[in-house]
Amino acid sequence: MVDIAFGPEPGKRPDPASTGEAYLDMVRRKRMYGGILVVLFVALLASGWMLADHRNAGGFWNGLPQMLDFPAEVLSEAWANRANLPGLLWTYIPSLIETLNIAAVATLTGALMAAGLSLLATRGLARWPRLIPVFRRTMDALRAIPEIVIALVLIFVIGGGPVPAVIAIALHTGGALGKLFSEVAENADLKPVEGLSSVGATWGQKMWLGVIPQVAPNWVSYALLRLEINVRASAILGFVGEGGIGHDLKLAMQWGQGRYDEVVAIFLLLFLAIVVIDRVSDSYRHRLVGGTV
Amino acid sequence: MTSAVLSPALVSGVTRSFARKRRIAMAVPAMILAYLIYAAVSFDIAGLMQRARFDNAAILLSDFWSHKTHVTRDNRSGALTVAIEGESKGTYPPGMLPDWVTVSGDVTTIDLGTGHVVTYDGAGARFVVPGYGTIDIRPVGGKPVLTAPEPIPDWISVAENKVSVKTPAGRFSYSRSKVETFRYEPGWELWFFTLDSPLYGKSFAELAALAISGNRIDEARSNLALMASEFWTNRMWRHGDVAWAIFETILMAFLGTMTGALVALPLSFLAARNFMPLGPVRSAARRVFDFIRGVDGLIWTIILSRAFGPGPMTGAIAIAITDTGSFGKMFSEALENIDEKQVDGIRSTGANSLQRARFGVLPQITPVLLSQVLYYLESNTRSATVIGAIVGGGIGLLLTQAILTQKDWEEVAYYMVLIVVMVMAMDSLSGWLRRRLIKGDGA
Repeated sequence: MVDIAFGPEPGKRPDPASTGEAYLDMVRRKRMYGGILVVLFVALLASGWMLADHRNAGGFWNGLPQMLDFPAEVLSEAWANRANLPGLLWTYIPSLIETLNIAAVATLTGALMAAGLSLLATRGLARWPRLIPVFRRTMDALRAIPEIVIALVLIFVIGGGPVPAVIAIALHTGGALGKLFSEVAENADLKPVEGLSSVGATWGQKMWLGVIPQVAPNWVSYALLRLEINVRASAILGFVGEGGIGHDLKLAMQWGQGRYDEVVAIFLLLFLAIVVIDRVSDSYRHRLVGGTV
Repeated sequence: MTSAVLSPALVSGVTRSFARKRRIAMAVPAMILAYLIYAAVSFDIAGLMQRARFDNAAILLSDFWSHKTHVTRDNRSGALTVAIEGESKGTYPPGMLPDWVTVSGDVTTIDLGTGHVVTYDGAGARFVVPGYGTIDIRPVGGKPVLTAPEPIPDWISVAENKVSVKTPAGRFSYSRSKVETFRYEPGWELWFFTLDSPLYGKSFAELAALAISGNRIDEARSNLALMASEFWTNRMWRHGDVAWAIFETILMAFLGTMTGALVALPLSFLAARNFMPLGPVRSAARRVFDFIRGVDGLIWTIILSRAFGPGPMTGAIAIAITDTGSFGKMFSEALENIDEKQVDGIRSTGANSLQRARFGVLPQITPVLLSQVLYYLESNTRSATVIGAIVGGGIGLLLTQAILTQKDWEEVAYYMVLIVVMVMAMDSLSGWLRRRLIKGDGA
């Protein structure tokens, strides 16, 4: 105490007159390090773009003026055939519903899987505490495998259609949501669980009655966010694999000129669907968690 | 406590609310179940089970961990070829044979192990299966004629022009034009060196001895350099190309994420309520972000690949544009949540708006910003795999090509392992950076 109150010996004490200088010195050094980092980062970014440009089939500067050519071509053809548009929109509604169904079923099953996995992998709640690392690694692995890998392999085994996409997206969703769910469950209040154990509740009852009601708003909010992501993923998987509106888009694109009105119709449907789902889930999530997520 | 509190109205109110809650608790699972049943019907699950080809799954699984060697004789010319996976890249050069194949004159003997022996000779071919007998095939008038112990079991299939035999030790088939035997062995063959390499078939100890010994196999370079180049240019597995593809995928993710963040940062000030007092500008900026996000990465990718052609740059720009929308929205939300006091403090020293942004705002939002950017970097590594499959770049392209040929499943397995390792590595890298940059900031 005494040492601290009086400080070290006078020789070792910083000179009160030169504190400003020492401070400026430190700031200068910090800025220099920051500057070096920024220069490195910019150099990395610039050389990366140059390399990517070099490896690309068409160069950046050649492509830039052409960027609007394709949309212009598509739009002008669609404008010429604008009378067809309402009919085409109607034609592709079933495909859109299929894409949305893929996303919804995958989100639902993935979220159910994530709920189970996350409760098993959360400290304090797990059924078998020793197996927590096993369930965590399982979720990591599920998260790491890109959807397209599972989807393409499944298409080979069980044939085309929406099911490979559903399984692929559901597995990935299970891993991704599992991690978020378990972070929420970690912060759950354990008192209800203790109360339920004192009356002899089983593990399932403790989770269902003690934990789920606490975490449900946050879990639903995360699941809605995931639904937005999955609608996009399901469209992309349709384009690469089979099923849904993505597949129709690919067919129309491959046909090229003459079916651009269909391309525009599909673009429009996809755009509207994504915007509507974003809006609805955004406002619903704000109501659920008061805008914290 | 006291019964006076429990008025009948309260009791009935509570009972009713309990009943309602219970009904909801029952209704939600019932609705989920109903929806799943509807989906199962609309996805035609029943028809799917009939169409599913589980033999494909078996091929795929066995290819994942094993390889097969084809021993083929052309019945017209009598020429014998031994090739791994039947590929020209894996064909044994003349004079080189695996040790389970022996050739003397026009008689070829193939030892499939556990007593299974196949012999090709001038008269036809014989397959000795222990516990069953000898399957003898002779061409009569160009067609294969089978002589085997009766009754013919179901693992031998006889058609007019083709006889095929499936045993656990290997497969055998005889047709008018050729006779073929497949032998299955565990492992990914030729993973290090191909058959034409001088280093093929050497054990690790031999290779280690070669690496330190002075006797050069190739006069022009050291043994170690030879090993590296033989491995790197392996024609069967193409390690060099694969490594480049992985790098390209990570490059796409890095360039896309960072460029998206750099573009979104200044724009997000326009969309934040506390920095942009002009309502119309603010809502215009927000609509731009909404539009970019709404159009979706898939559509951007298609439009861009028309303009810039296939390649990694197209993928990087597609990721950058999509992320500009998401980052713009998130950054402007972060900007609206900052503490104004720090900005006021900077303002009181007479700082202009750029200085206020640099010293008053950026230090506050940097942690939020960095953590979001790093999270996206990891998730974009995965997207770059998919986008690569569309724009034709990176590991995604290699993977889809390998899957579309429906033959090189060992390569598919290899790429899958690499992709998972790549994503996990990016995940831990971004997690590590997040911890270092955000939590360790104060130290």
